[in-house]
Amino acid sequence: MLEQLPVAFLFFAAALVLPLLPKGHLRGAVLLAIPLIAGWQVWSLPAGNLVNVEFFGFTLDLMRVDKLSRVFGLIFCLAAFLTNLYAWHIRDTVQQVAALVYAGAAIGAVFAGDLITLFIYWEGTAISSVFLIWARRTTAAYYTGMRYLIIQIGSGVILLAGVALMYNDTGSIAFEHMTLGTPATWLIFLSFGIKCAFPLLHNWLQDAYPAATVTGTVILSAFTTKLAVYALARGFAGTEILIYIGAVMTLFPIFFAEIENDLRRVLAYSLNNQLGFMVVGIGIGTEMALNGTAAHAFAHILYKALLFMSVGAVLFRTGTSKASELGGLYRTMPRTAVFCLVGAASISAFPLFSGFVTKSLIVEQTAANNYPIIWGVLVFASAGVLSHSGIKIPFFTFFAHDSGLRPKEAPMHMQLAMGITAALCIMIGVYPAPLYALLPYPIDYDAYTFGHVVTQLQLLCFALLAFCFLMRTGIHPPEIRAINLDSDWTYRRFLPKVIARVYTNISTLWGRMGAQKNRWIKALIAKAYHSHGPEGEISKSWPTGAMVIWIAVMLGITLMVSFAS
Amino acid sequence: MSAETLQHTALTLNDQLPALQILVTFIAAPLVVMFGSLRLAWPITFAASAISFVIALMLLSQVIDGSVISYHMGGWAPPLGIEYRVDAANAFVLVLVTAISTLVLPYARVSVAAEVQKKHHTLFYTAFLLCLTGLLGVTITGDAFNVFVFLEISSLSTYVLIAQGANRDRRALTAAYDYLIMGTIGATFFVIGLGFLYMATGTLNMADISDRIADQGANRTVRMAIAFIVVGIGLKAAMYPLHLWLPNAYTYAPSAITAFLAATATKVAIYVLLRFLFSVFQPTLLMEYYSLRFVILPFAILAMFLASYIAIFQTDLKRMLAYSSVAQIGYILLGISFLTETGLTAAIVHLFNHGITKAALFMAVGAYVLRANGSFYDEIEGLGRRMPWTSAAVVIGGLSLIGVPGTAGFVSKWLLVQGALEKGWWPVALLIVASSLLAVIYVWRVVEVLYMKPTPADSVVREAPVSMLIPIWIAALACIWFGLNTDMTLNAAKAAAQGLLAGSAGMMN
Repeated sequence: MLEQLPVAFLFFAAALVLPLLPKGHLRGAVLLAIPLIAGWQVWSLPAGNLVNVEFFGFTLDLMRVDKLSRVFGLIFCLAAFLTNLYAWHIRDTVQQVAALVYAGAAIGAVFAGDLITLFIYWEGTAISSVFLIWARRTTAAYYTGMRYLIIQIGSGVILLAGVALMYNDTGSIAFEHMTLGTPATWLIFLSFGIKCAFPLLHNWLQDAYPAATVTGTVILSAFTTKLAVYALARGFAGTEILIYIGAVMTLFPIFFAEIENDLRRVLAYSLNNQLGFMVVGIGIGTEMALNGTAAHAFAHILYKALLFMSVGAVLFRTGTSKASELGGLYRTMPRTAVFCLVGAASISAFPLFSGFVTKSLIVEQTAANNYPIIWGVLVFASAGVLSHSGIKIPFFTFFAHDSGLRPKEAPMHMQLAMGITAALCIMIGVYPAPLYALLPYPIDYDAYTFGHVVTQLQLLCFALLAFCFLMRTGIHPPEIRAINLDSDWTYRRFLPKVIARVYTNISTLWGRMGAQKNRWIKALIAKAYHSHGPEGEISKSWPTGAMVIWIAVMLGITLMVSFAS
Repeated sequence: MSAETLQHTALTLNDQLPALQILVTFIAAPLVVMFGSLRLAWPITFAASAISFVIALMLLSQVIDGSVISYHMGGWAPPLGIEYRVDAANAFVLVLVTAISTLVLPYARVSVAAEVQKKHHTLFYTAFLLCLTGLLGVTITGDAFNVFVFLEISSLSTYVLIAQGANRDRRALTAAYDYLIMGTIGATFFVIGLGFLYMATGTLNMADISDRIADQGANRTVRMAIAFIVVGIGLKAAMYPLHLWLPNAYTYAPSAITAFLAATATKVAIYVLLRFLFSVFQPTLLMEYYSLRFVILPFAILAMFLASYIAIFQTDLKRMLAYSSVAQIGYILLGISFLTETGLTAAIVHLFNHGITKAALFMAVGAYVLRANGSFYDEIEGLGRRMPWTSAAVVIGGLSLIGVPGTAGFVSKWLLVQGALEKGWWPVALLIVASSLLAVIYVWRVVEVLYMKPTPADSVVREAPVSMLIPIWIAALACIWFGLNTDMTLNAAKAAAQGLLAGSAGMMN
């Protein structure tokens, strides 16, 4: 029976019923049960186009199950389960419903076999997720949410425009592999790019994610961008420009992450950086590279959620996520600290953790397909990841100097959620075979070759050694300057400062331009209001005689046109 | 009319349907006055409207396959006698008009009781029935002069109905007066146009006129006729910039009347425009091509933007929706000006979809007026929590107004964009999308007022009564239903568009 029901509808049905249930454990149970049922359904569905609906002359394909969509569907269900477990304490109906609809829309989009269905779910994720930001109910969150919504809806509108053109060009709305070239494909590409936070289209991510609620950020981090990665992998695999876009994506957030103080924003930047790896994988487009992208997305959702969860738990207990105000929390939040370390190790790709077995798939493909420079960029970026996510996050939160804060350990359900996620991270790292089996293409890969392990350990241990050395000898500078801790790495010695300076300059300039733009827009609105507002010339109630003049004018015009022809 | 094959052998009730379509309401109107009973006025009106709706559905089911019913009034054969002609295009409009009136009437019972003086109630319902008759007559008739007669019946009763808002706001009287002047000039222009046509062809039967114009081609008289008719009907349809009567009329009329008129009156006028442009005149006539390209198209685009801008700055929900109507009529006229099957289909579907959307929205406004005593933004602040059902319907209607996928508004806008692309008119397609973004802004302002602003602490506002909520929600759900299930609307609109594009050939069976 479940075969006839698109997985997304399960979530929507639950979202409809949820507000009717009493607040409390029953709701929590529903929130946990739905992703599990959905996950089981995704697991057991046969491949093929399972549900077709006639919609205004089009055949919509609501459930295209193949290996690529299945692996993304599964991780989305898993992520929905974990994040809902993490959010067990939430009693806010808006957030609960939004989380369900959001996950449902993301899963629906993954199984969309045509572009119209994709578009509908695409906008669905935008509209539902903004409530996770608004749920903070502050003015700042309201405006941030508004900005986020405008960009996300904009992405959807561009997608729709692309689809309309595509249909006009080809007469088909199937969501298949596309080649860049026509305006239609460029529009669709741009729309995917916005959601995937391509460089210069990325600002919404760092703007919005840290502004959401504690649990909201965790939920947001899992779906939107990975949906875009899926869409790119489906539509634009092997598009070379993606390799370069991806390389830039891995690179530039590092510097911003280094100079950022808000740890959730640091994580948002590192999210962007991780997306870059996936985008490179899509750009290469070989079977192995796509496997790498899918695997990395799978692992990434887990460890990124884990990191957001641990920082979120700290925020939940202490009320801040600023690096400069935290420190020494391992004393009272030891388990959260351990989970955070697992997440950090995973994102830094330590052997035996999930990032190691998935990221290397992509990195090795760059070398195998003759992109030596890209390979170098990715290795450099991997080191950067270690610096800002692997060391900065856990260190400044749980170790470093004692902030004097003595918060309680995270609530039980949060620990449970983090524990499961951490266990999955390690499990994938130690025994990647089940994950590899899920991947879209057959794979024969062993991450634990001698060379690979040694290279990676060299990279990682050097940083750690330097770090320990500085700590032991007490040279280690206090927080703010400590951002330059690993500046013994030549290529990073000056860059953060330079980048910081350039960044300040650019941002002042940007700010000035922004102010100018604001003035301009305000003047424009004032002008429009003057003419179109309730008292404006164009909208006021005209005297009857003046109305009649218009009739004469129109008759004149029509007669002229009519006689001229 | 040598090609006429249908004989007048109306023996069964089924054959009399075209006459019954207008007679039921036409006879019910004096009945209401004759009984003179407050209690009977509403039931008679409702029954007449419901029967008309059933008749309209039966007619549509007979012509949806593209056939044409020709009914000879009183057994007099056209072109001398008056002919009623039903094809897909007007059956579709008949269904829209009767459906909306049948939907609005149950709603009107409470709303009218609150907004209109009690002593006027019987006459109010009489006027309503006459207005309905007029609209149906305009739509169903195949006789050009008959169109004018019914147009006047509907217009005169509309002026009366709008003036009934005076009980709540005296400005309804000036609004009705303005509309009276404007409407009369419009009707006069229309009848002048008919005069020219009669001069040129010597007949008043639409199909017959069409034949003769096709034979003799365009001449100066016919050109005059087309200009007068386009402007006259354009005024009734609130074509920009002839819309100036509309905002006040819609704002100050009783809520139920606004809902009814917004969904039907302008739509019927647009139908008449379609009928004249495509069935009476030839779409192939060069002057018509030019009129569409250089008059209707640019003003339609102007309407889409300017009226939307005005709507953004409004502070009264009802007035905002009135301006949005002007903008939406712009979309419909735009679709017509494409002169392609897709464009016409889009226009006809939008005519229907916008009708139900605006019905839902204006009815919801009436609920606010009833409970919060007004529809200014500062009067309905935070009512999303006090009137959750009404406000949710406003949100649905608003989404449909924007054209969010899954709502009726999307279907028509999608078709419209496709129509523009088909013609290779890129900029027009972009303008359609861009103006939809303006709709996002004015709808969002309402959502913000309803949901984001705090409810005033001393507010005693309650949810609207069920008798109003049910019609509101039927219309709101229809917005979603026709957004998801497009078979009925799309097929009917397509059949209508094909019939219209066939020109006078469509009129000849």
